[in-house]
Amino acid sequence: MSFWFWHGLSNGVRSTGYPRVPESAPGVTPGRPVATEFSSAERSSLAAADCPVDAIVPRGASALVDLRSCVYCQRCRFGGAYPLQWTQDHEWTTVAAGRENYVPLPRSYRRSLHIMVVDAGDCGACLHEVKHLNNPFYNAHRLGIFFTATPRSADVLLVVGPVSENMRVPLLKTYEAMPTPKRIVAVGACAITGGVFGRGFMSAGGVSSVLPVDLEIPGDPPPPLAILHGLLAVTGRKALAPRQPDFGRTA
Amino acid sequence: MSVVGSPLVPPERIDLDGLVAAIQERFSAVVSLSRADKGVLLSLHLKDPESLPPLSLFLYWEIGCSFGGLIVEEHSHAWQLRYLFLASGSGWIDIVLELPLGGRSVPSITAAVHAADWHEREAEDLFGLQFENHPRLGDFILHDQIWPEGAAPHRKPQRKSVDVHQTQLRRRPNPNWRPLLVVQDPGSFAMPVGPVYEGGIGESLHFILETVGEDVLRAAPRLFYKFRGVEKIAEGTRVSHALLLSERFAAKSSFAHSLAFSSAIEKICDVEVPPRAARLRVILAELERLRHHAGAITGICESTALSVAASQAAIIEEELLRASCHFTGHRYLFGLNKPGGLRRDFNSDGFRDLLNAVGRAVDELRILENRLHFTSSFLDRLEDVGVVDPNKARDLNLLGPVGRASGRCHDLRRECSYGGYGDYQFEVPRENEGDGYARLRVLFAEAAQSAKLIRQAVDSLQPGPISVPCEATHSGAALGWVEAPIGAALHWVRLDSSGLVERYRAITPSFNNWLGFHVAVEDFAFQDFPIILATFALSAAECDR
Repeated sequence: MSFWFWHGLSNGVRSTGYPRVPESAPGVTPGRPVATEFSSAERSSLAAADCPVDAIVPRGASALVDLRSCVYCQRCRFGGAYPLQWTQDHEWTTVAAGRENYVPLPRSYRRSLHIMVVDAGDCGACLHEVKHLNNPFYNAHRLGIFFTATPRSADVLLVVGPVSENMRVPLLKTYEAMPTPKRIVAVGACAITGGVFGRGFMSAGGVSSVLPVDLEIPGDPPPPLAILHGLLAVTGRKALAPRQPDFGRTA
Repeated sequence: MSVVGSPLVPPERIDLDGLVAAIQERFSAVVSLSRADKGVLLSLHLKDPESLPPLSLFLYWEIGCSFGGLIVEEHSHAWQLRYLFLASGSGWIDIVLELPLGGRSVPSITAAVHAADWHEREAEDLFGLQFENHPRLGDFILHDQIWPEGAAPHRKPQRKSVDVHQTQLRRRPNPNWRPLLVVQDPGSFAMPVGPVYEGGIGESLHFILETVGEDVLRAAPRLFYKFRGVEKIAEGTRVSHALLLSERFAAKSSFAHSLAFSSAIEKICDVEVPPRAARLRVILAELERLRHHAGAITGICESTALSVAASQAAIIEEELLRASCHFTGHRYLFGLNKPGGLRRDFNSDGFRDLLNAVGRAVDELRILENRLHFTSSFLDRLEDVGVVDPNKARDLNLLGPVGRASGRCHDLRRECSYGGYGDYQFEVPRENEGDGYARLRVLFAEAAQSAKLIRQAVDSLQPGPISVPCEATHSGAALGWVEAPIGAALHWVRLDSSGLVERYRAITPSFNNWLGFHVAVEDFAFQDFPIILATFALSAAECDR
């Protein structure tokens, strides 16, 4: 069965050049809406009215976007009378609320960062995108990022999903089993604000209501490159995106 | 259980008139029939709850219907229980049972139709209904170590017995809770797996594997760690918000679920989508199926530790994700469906790129299948492992590729056509061995058929509108269905007079197939467990909702 060896070789190197060079292959990121100027305040309010999760905040003639709440339904992109502009970037990770003085993990973690992933009620998209970091295109191993099966050897707790009631205790136990120093990263709109599930009888409405979150990777789901950016930012290898104002909604 | 003339392979087509005649002959005293529409063709209204089990037995085993699911609705005056059955080739029929709100006791049909087991346990947990003679109730969705008895969180708020919102933060796990263990041999032990396992990059599931050493004697999946109460959250919301929920509770089949939800709303509003939208929906649904199957194949290769093949399959899947994103703007096809059609149209460049990507993926999958076919170390792990024989598959009503690998020919695209699938040429692959390798072959064959469907649908596209207005302004209920990548998904929606969602019920193929999963695991060795899990390709998010 040596044909597997040749089969693998014949496909050549598929890994992205990111973070050394930017990645621009079509379809690596869905992009995201950004603040857009309209000609009048009326139009920006009409644009905001289309958003099902009130993530578009009209401020005069411009429509701002609360990226933590955005669920990427694309209603402000296609079909609406007043579409917003969308960018094609993927470096979205910001610090969480109240963590403005966030300190990255020390330099010694840069080539050996062990990640514990906990699925706390995720729909499968964010989790799948995390899983794709191990595929040949992203190959997180080459950057010294490893996914570990045990919290005892983990440095970063990556949480996806809004924290369902039945997963709250397993999540807390995982966190408590991790050694310090440790960092918590919330991945996806559900893990940040609860997303479409919100806060309810079965959903805690985001990781920050049960654990002290350090970094947030917005997106629904964030593409693998956005998660990679977040993991690089944990050790300070990439700069964080600036945190937005909270639009009067405290976390 | 004595089964009269049980058709192992149900008839290809069940004639509705013949069925009506047969029911009137046998059950005329207890059943009144009404022809209906809104997705369900025939309703059997039961006058006497006690005749529910014999009628279910008759429909499932003698007529050869397959089981759809149980829908519980709490109206202001009564409980309404709706048992869905599919008369193959004709359409959906349901048994409707009305009970006074005070009464909580319902005869269980689990002994007659095993596939109803989990549906009844779910209704017991969420609505507090008691199913008489059910073999095992309790500890299901609401885990007993954290939830008090009788919480019934899906009941209407004014009658809710426990205020779950208030107790949430004060609840503490009960340290004395122990799972139910069955194996009593000396030296037997239970091996817990999950809910956080597989390096974490697996979904949250818990299994209790009972063993005396090497072979798994009993496997009990304990799911619903991810239960988010989607059906309850949707209540009282606008249709546009419930649509977001329907496509976000299970991302691996999000388009299929939003399609089933949208088609239910379209039936309530008596709206037919334009031909172009119907064809675009076929393209997108088959694109999702192709991507899902590529992902499932990746999982199978990974589980056998065949890393080159796993990497190659992962490349195919990632390229399909990128093609989806390039084509639609979203890697998981979110935000495309809406009741009445689609949210956006695509241009010819988009179709050209999509067809190229799909063609490449199918070629790569064919190469991969050939190589796997000649990899004996790989086949050794799959052949004769995790066997579900056709009898069991029929018994447990297994759906989708898993059922079709065990001799079932259950595919809604054929049996209960929707969305214009009747216009296309495609095959429904079927195998009879029921082992892991049969499931893998079905996945490969279905991926090729999906690509064939995409090409036909793109070729048959005509310019035209992509949506019609579909605003619900009156009350009504309807059933929408779709053949999701892992089987039949049914969405029942009831709207109130102001067009808000009154009851939303999503019956998913994963929920159905998890029930049968233990059959495949039992009597196989521990090290086969992850492989069998991968060949089932089930989603916990889809099951838990």
